[in-house]
Amino acid sequence: MTTYFTKDHEWIRIDGDLATVGITDYAQSQLGDVVYCELPEVGATLTKGGEAAVVESVKAASDVFSPVSGVVQEVNAALTDEPAKINEAPESDGWFFKIVLSDSGELAELFDEAAYKAFVEAL
Amino acid sequence: MADAPDSEILLETPLAALHRELGARMVPFAGYSMPVQYPTGILAEHNWTREHAGLFDVSHMGQAFLIGPDHATTARALEALTPGDFQSLGLGRVRYTLLTTPEGGIIDDLMVTRPLDPAEDGTLYLVVNAGRKTIDYAHIAANLPAGVRLEIADDRALVALQGPEAAAVMARHCPMAAGMGFMTATNAAFDAIDCAISRSGYTGEDGYEISVKADHAEALVRALLAEPEVAPIGLGARDSLRLEAGLCLYGHDIDEATTPAEADLGFAVAKRRRTEGGFPGADRILAEFADGAPRLRVGIRPDGKAPAREGTAIRDAAGVTIGIITSGGFGPTVGGPIAMGYVAADSALPGTAVTLVVRGKDLAATVQPLPFVPHRYFRKSAS
Repeated sequence: MTTYFTKDHEWIRIDGDLATVGITDYAQSQLGDVVYCELPEVGATLTKGGEAAVVESVKAASDVFSPVSGVVQEVNAALTDEPAKINEAPESDGWFFKIVLSDSGELAELFDEAAYKAFVEAL
Repeated sequence: MADAPDSEILLETPLAALHRELGARMVPFAGYSMPVQYPTGILAEHNWTREHAGLFDVSHMGQAFLIGPDHATTARALEALTPGDFQSLGLGRVRYTLLTTPEGGIIDDLMVTRPLDPAEDGTLYLVVNAGRKTIDYAHIAANLPAGVRLEIADDRALVALQGPEAAAVMARHCPMAAGMGFMTATNAAFDAIDCAISRSGYTGEDGYEISVKADHAEALVRALLAEPEVAPIGLGARDSLRLEAGLCLYGHDIDEATTPAEADLGFAVAKRRRTEGGFPGADRILAEFADGAPRLRVGIRPDGKAPAREGTAIRDAAGVTIGIITSGGFGPTVGGPIAMGYVAADSALPGTAVTLVVRGKDLAATVQPLPFVPHRYFRKSAS
């Protein structure tokens, strides 16, 4: 499985036509303690770069954008009761949703792990 | 999520280097670079303050002295600008007040202290909001009678120690502080450092505000941080603590377009002044206290888990917009979302069901009495 990253600090892990999306460890560290998250509806059609979810820290609400276009197949309902998972395990248990890709060509526009790491270090 | 680069030149408090050493995340606030949080994060800092003692750098706030020939003259000068009763303010007493506009709006909210030492009588010590310093000082200076002057104390730092263990900590460094009553003040030595200490704060907890010359601030703060009960707390937790305590944040919950009656700050309008008037906006303000203001500041508790932020529209059961959220977020001690805002007076009763429009969706919410978390100010027993 390959993981890609966006400049808005989402990650997307590809498993065939299905991909899992979350926010990066850098993103959660910038947000601070997450106290609420709003996930997309299963079956919703998302477009690349469009609003997909909302995370709220004590201080502010932030949008999470979809790294790719596609249809939401599953959401991580555990986050509703335990939003702190986003801080504790952002790149594993704190995943947001699974999406069926409509155009795998979009992946070419994302960072790979090394490029994302370099991007964050330059911030 | 990255912040836009800030070209504005930010001021620093005398504790800026220490904040960085402690790993603070610094953000621009009211023209200052201030710690929004330390590495433990806002939730932990908030809870630490409620359980132990939190140390806040509030040196960005404005400290000034109003200096006249005697107490009555200085008190009258301040009463010309505020609805407070300062002639009756006792030695070593602290009072919350408001600078009001001729239209009844609020220029700023501030703390006023009459020094305990009779040798200093004729002076009132003011602490105003960082973002309003320039406006307040110009307004006060322009409206003083001959013989009374404003002296800005920008050579001083200000820190707050807040929480149930604050008194025990202070007792080790400044024994007389432990016996101080709520809203009293004194000059005292903390270890060997000269300080002006008041038993007050803005978290709803017992605690102190300590004013100290800037060049002694770091030594004072290091001595406090060396105590096991004390942790540094940033502006993020200061905001969640004051919101749970139902306390107004200037520029959000109160401003020049809100009146003391609308803001439910009746305690800041003294009995004598209600009869006598004679402060800016008295006509409107006193009429609103007599007849009721058209809208009121209330607590609002979203029924679900989603926070409603500042600017969120409030609607009644019929879908009519009746107000707006002025502060909103997550209350760590409450364990859920909390907010304050203004609603039409007939929707202000606790228990009233309202609707908040968050990201285009209607969220059910209920008007709640303030504070969300009971105040735990120190009260001397009547022995």
